[in-house]
Parts: sequence; C-alpha cells; structure tokens
Amino acid sequence: MTAFLHIYPYLIAGWIFLCGLYGIATSKHLVHMVISLAVMQTSTYVLLLNIGYRVHGAAPVFVGVSPGTVTVDPVVQALMLTDIVVEATIMALMLAMADRAHDRAGTLSPDDLRMMRG
Amino acid sequence: MTAKWRLGVFWVAAAGFALLYFAGVKNLPPWGHYRGLYGQMISAVTVYERHATDAVNAVTYDYRGVDTLGEEFILFAAVLGCMVLLREPERPSEMAKPDKGLSETVKATAAASFASLLVLGIYLSTHGQLSPGGGFQGGVVIASASMLIYIAENFQVFKRITSHPLVEALESLGAGFYAIIGMVPLGFALPFLTNWLPLGTTGTLVSSGTIAVISCSVGLEVTAAFLLLGYTFLEEIISGENEEA
Repeated sequence: MTAFLHIYPYLIAGWIFLCGLYGIATSKHLVHMVISLAVMQTSTYVLLLNIGYRVHGAAPVFVGVSPGTVTVDPVVQALMLTDIVVEATIMALMLAMADRAHDRAGTLSPDDLRMMRG
Repeated sequence: MTAKWRLGVFWVAAAGFALLYFAGVKNLPPWGHYRGLYGQMISAVTVYERHATDAVNAVTYDYRGVDTLGEEFILFAAVLGCMVLLREPERPSEMAKPDKGLSETVKATAAASFASLLVLGIYLSTHGQLSPGGGFQGGVVIASASMLIYIAENFQVFKRITSHPLVEALESLGAGFYAIIGMVPLGFALPFLTNWLPLGTTGTLVSSGTIAVISCSVGLEVTAAFLLLGYTFLEEIISGENEEA
C-alpha cells in the first residue's frame, strides 16, 4: 500500500494527461480541443511539482531561513513557470487559428474541416 | 475515420501510454524523497554565488537563462503569429459604435484598481530576485490590469492607451534587451549570459546582478506581448460584431 501511495501522485499526472487526450480524440469543437490541450499540459505541472517535492522541504526562497535549509527543488519549479507562459501563448495562437478556420470554413467542428483549399 | 474508429484508436493508444507510464514511474524514488542533485546544489549556492534569495528566479534568469531566452522567443513568435493570423486587410477603424462606457462608480473603481494592480505588477517584476514573482508574473498582472480600462471605458480608449507602434516596440525591446545582456560577456571572452553586473548586497533591491535586470526586461516583454494579444483579439471580436450589425 505504501508503495502504491508513493507513485500515486505520478499516476494522477498520467490520468490528467489521458483525460486531455480523450478530450482531443473525441472533440466536436475546436475551442473544446484547445481547452483539452491545456488540460493535457496541466498534467506536466502536476508531474513536475510532485517530482521536485521533498518531505519537510521549505520553499526555495531564502528570506529569514539559513541557506542550508532543505528546500523543494527550484529547478522543476522554474521549468513549470516557463511551461505556464508557453501554454498561455500557444492557447492564444491556437484560438486565433480556430477563429480563422471558422471564417474560412464556416464551422468549428473538426469533422467538417476535412477538405483542403489553396 | 468515424468517431467510433477514432475512439478505438484512442483506447489502444491510451492503454499503451498507461502501461509505459506506469513502468516509467513505478521505480521512481518515493514521493517526497527527490534525489536530483542539481536542484539541491542550486539551493545551497544561490545566495552565495548570485546574492539572490529566490532560487527559482535564479534558475530561470541565470543558471538556466538560455532556456528562458528560448522560451521568451516562443512567446514572441506566438504573439507575432496571432497578429499575423488575425490581421485585418482593410481595417474598419472608427466604425465601432462610440460606446460611452459603464457608470461613473465602475469607472472610478476600475481606475483605482488599475493603479494598485500596476504598482503590484511593477513590484513583482522588480523584486523577482528577492521573493516569489519575477518578470513573467509581473508582466501578466500589468497586462491584465489594462483590461480594466476596456471594461470600464470602451475599446477606443483601450486602443489609444495600448497605442500599437509603441507597444510593439516595447515588446521587441524587452526580448532584444535580454539577448543583449546575454551577449555583453561575449565581448570579454566570457560565456553567454554570464552574470557580469555587480552582485550588490543580498536582500536589497539592487542585488543579484543580471537576474534583476533580466527580470525587468522580461516583465516589459510579457506586458507588451499580452497587451498586443488583448488588443488583437478584442479588435477581432469588435470587427466581427460590426459585420453582424
């Protein structure tokens, strides 16, 4: 049971990833698809933060604590920070694409966007 | 491919992913006992080496500054892509109805909130080396605060304040300045993005050398980028509404 609990946080990250992927695979609407991708990306935050966590670790901010204090891992937190910014901008870009697809094809359903036009 | 087939393919892929993922995580160190040395080392040396008290921002803007530079150009390119995609060939500029905005109470509250959010955003951007925060968070706060102008007033006022050429120039400056700070040490035969500025006293505003400067330039870049995004999307919505009307 303890062994299971030790990998449980990582399994949650995988579960969120699959939820997002399911949303993309079954999507009927481009905006829904973009949000599903955002859900998938959220799983990486959960994974990164869980990997870097240390029991009784302080936040990696050395104000009022001695520099030798055990902290959670700052590297994965920095990774997550850049991840969030990339997610926000990529969502903006994909929503812009969805908007243009709607202008050209008159639909937001991925099923109706099959034909290519030059 | 029908929806049923697609779902079938998904379940096969999901099962494969679940198996590989489980095999990947099952032998990880127990939760809460991370053994990566890189982060521990940075936690131990960042105050001595960089005079920065926030290890996360020391990683973001210094130890892994190259990655952040690349990430900033992802932001830059994505905003550029949005603007190219949503550009209007012939802009129906002043066609939008001159909306007189909401009540005076809302305008006054929005103005007060805007001022305090602006201060908070600048504080976050300039104190990145000391406490949680930094350029990305500060920039987003400032850009979101400016949306209050659109809510309380109207699009014309928002457009005048985000005056297009200046914000575009600021975005390019923010991104370019980061690269320039990184390139200065190359002239002294030092590696790219070496922390070459005086480190100052730990815990004060002017400390940690290039970390503070890069944090501010990222704040500028993110503010301008999100202002441009807001402007581009709002204009798209408003020109769409005009076509329908």
